Amino acid sequence: MMARQSLFERLRHDKRAAIAATVLMGLALAVFPFVIGSSLGNSWLRIIDFAMLYIMLALGLNIVVGFAGLLDMGYIAFYAVGAYLYALLASPHFGLHLPVWLIIPAGAALAGLFGALLGAPTLRLRGDYLAIVTLGFGEIVRIFMNNLNAPINITNGPQGISGIDPIHLGGITLAKPLTFLGYAIPSLHAYYYLFLALALLIVFVTIRLENSRIGRAWVAIREDEIAAKACGINTRNIKLLAFTMGASFGGVAGGLFAGFQGFVSPESFNLMESVMVLCMVVLGGMGNIPGVILGGILLTILPEVFRHGAGPLQIAVFGKILLDPEALRMLLFGLALVVVMLYRPAGLWPSTTRRREFRGESATDVLKEGE
Amino acid sequence: MNAVLLEARAIAKHFGGVKALTDVSLTIRQGEIYGLIGPNGAGKTTFFNVLTGLYHPDGGDLLFAGEKLEASAPHKVAKRGIARTFQNIRLFGNMTAMENVMVGRHARTHAGVLGAVMHDRRTTAEEAAIRRRAEELLHYVNIADRADDLARHLSYGDQRRLEIARALATDPKLLALDEPAAGMNGTETAGLRELIEGIRRDGITVLLIEHDVKLVMGLCDRVAVLDYGQKICEDVPAVVQKDPKVIEAYLGGSVA
Repeated sequence: MMARQSLFERLRHDKRAAIAATVLMGLALAVFPFVIGSSLGNSWLRIIDFAMLYIMLALGLNIVVGFAGLLDMGYIAFYAVGAYLYALLASPHFGLHLPVWLIIPAGAALAGLFGALLGAPTLRLRGDYLAIVTLGFGEIVRIFMNNLNAPINITNGPQGISGIDPIHLGGITLAKPLTFLGYAIPSLHAYYYLFLALALLIVFVTIRLENSRIGRAWVAIREDEIAAKACGINTRNIKLLAFTMGASFGGVAGGLFAGFQGFVSPESFNLMESVMVLCMVVLGGMGNIPGVILGGILLTILPEVFRHGAGPLQIAVFGKILLDPEALRMLLFGLALVVVMLYRPAGLWPSTTRRREFRGESATDVLKEGE
Repeated sequence: MNAVLLEARAIAKHFGGVKALTDVSLTIRQGEIYGLIGPNGAGKTTFFNVLTGLYHPDGGDLLFAGEKLEASAPHKVAKRGIARTFQNIRLFGNMTAMENVMVGRHARTHAGVLGAVMHDRRTTAEEAAIRRRAEELLHYVNIADRADDLARHLSYGDQRRLEIARALATDPKLLALDEPAAGMNGTETAGLRELIEGIRRDGITVLLIEHDVKLVMGLCDRVAVLDYGQKICEDVPAVVQKDPKVIEAYLGGSVA
C-alpha cells in the first residue's frame, strides 16, 4: 500500500512521469478492445462495453451517495429516462430519427430534471427513510414505462421499443464496421471508444467537482447538515444539485444503452439494477473515484466470469456439471460481496481519508510509518 | 459608546407547553464581548438557535446591523455575518482540518458547477484564495500543524479551536460561541481566552455562552443572565455578580 501511495505521489510531483503514465494508459486503453476481441471474442467485448456504461452510472450515483451521503435506491430510474428518451426520439415507434448529439444531451437534461423532481420532496429525509422513498420512485418510473401503452401508446408497455437507431455521428454509423486508414474497426470496438470517451469525460467532470467549493459542500452535508447550514451552505440547493448532477450522468448512460442495445423494455430497469449500481459504489469505495470505477468494472465482469467459468471448471474438476452455472453465479457473487465487506469495510479502494477513518489512525501516524 | 450590532426584541420560543424563551430582549454593541449565562436549561442555546436561524421564533424579532434577520434560514444568517460554534462540537469529522475551514468560505465564494468544471481564471483564483485564507486561519487559531489530519482525530481542545477557525472563515461581524471552554483544563481555557481577546481586537464582536463564571466575568464587557427563559439581568460583570436575582437563580432562593 505504501508503494502505491508513493507511486501516486511521484506522479503528482513529477510532470514527465505523469505524462508518460498518461500516454501508456491511453495506449493500453486504445489497444484493449483488440486484445480482448481476438483472445476472448465478441461476447466479452460486449461485456466491456457494458462495463463502461456501468462506470458512468456508478460515478453518477457516487455523487449522490458517496459525496452528499444521500442513500438513493432508485437510481436506475434516471438510466431508464435517458434510455426511453433515446428510444422514443430515434426509432420507428414514433417515426422520429433525431441525431444523437441532440438526444444524449436532452437525455442528460431530462434525467437531471427527474433528479430534481425526486430530490425536492425528499430534502428533509435521510438514511433509511430516504432509501425507501427513492426505492419507490425507481419503481414508479419502471411501472409507468410498463403501463404507458394505453390509452395513448407512448412506451409500448411491457413489449418495449425495438428497432432503435444505432448511434451514428456525422453520417458514420457505429452499427457497421468502420474503415479508418485502411483498417476495419468492428462495431463493438467503435462503441467501446465512444463509451470510453464519455466515461472519461464524466470522470473528469466528477474530479473537478469533487475538488471544488461544490464538492466540499456536498461532503459537508454528508458529515453534518446543521453545521453545513451554519457555514452558509444553502443545503436545499446543494442537495438538489447533487441529485441533478448524478441523475444527468445516468441519463447519458441510458441514452447510450438504448442506442447500443437497439431495444429497451421496462424489465431492464428493475430494482436489482439499482442495487447493483449501489453495490458498485459501496464495494469499490464510496466517495473515491478510482474505487468507484473499479467497483463498476468488477461487478460487471465478475458475474460473467462466474457464468462462463463455472461450467468448464466443474467439468475439469468433477468430469460433469454438478451445479447449474446460472444458479452458482449469484451464489458466488453474493459470497464475494460478503467477503469484501468483511475484510475491506471501506471498499476495495477507499480514499486515503476514508481508509484512515476505518482504521482510526491520523495522518501524522501514517507519516511516521512512511518515514 | 459604539453602535448597536444586534438587537433582540421580545424573543419568544416555546416547545409545546415549555416556554424556552419569554420576552428576551438584548442589545449587543459593536466590538464588545457579550456574555450570556444562566443555569442549565435557562434557554441560552435556544436563544443561539433562534439567532442563527435554526429555530423559528414564536414572537419578537432580531435586528442585525440595523436590518431585520430572516428567521429560519441559517445559511442566510451566516451570509449576513453571524457565525457560530456548537455546544457539542459539530465538525465535518471525516474532512481534514484544512477542508473544514475551506467549507467555511462557502458563503463568501461563488464558483458554480460550470466554473468548477471549466476551471476558468476566476474560479482558479478563488480556489487559491480559499486555500490561502484557510491556512491563515489555521495559523491564527494555532493548529496549522494539524491541517491535514481528519477533524475527528484532533484533540478536544484543537477541535474547539478548529470550529472557531471554521466560523471565522465566514467573515463574521458577530461570532457566537456556545460554551467554548466546556471540558477544557486551566491551560486550555487561558489559551482560549487569549484567542477570544485577539478576535475582538480584530474587530469582531463576540457573543459568548459560558458556564465558566470566572472566564465570563474576566472576559466580557457586559453580561446577560437568563433564568427559566427570561432575562433577569443585563449589565457589566461587577454589577451582575452582586445582583440578588442572579445569586438567587444560581444558588437557589430563600425558602418562602
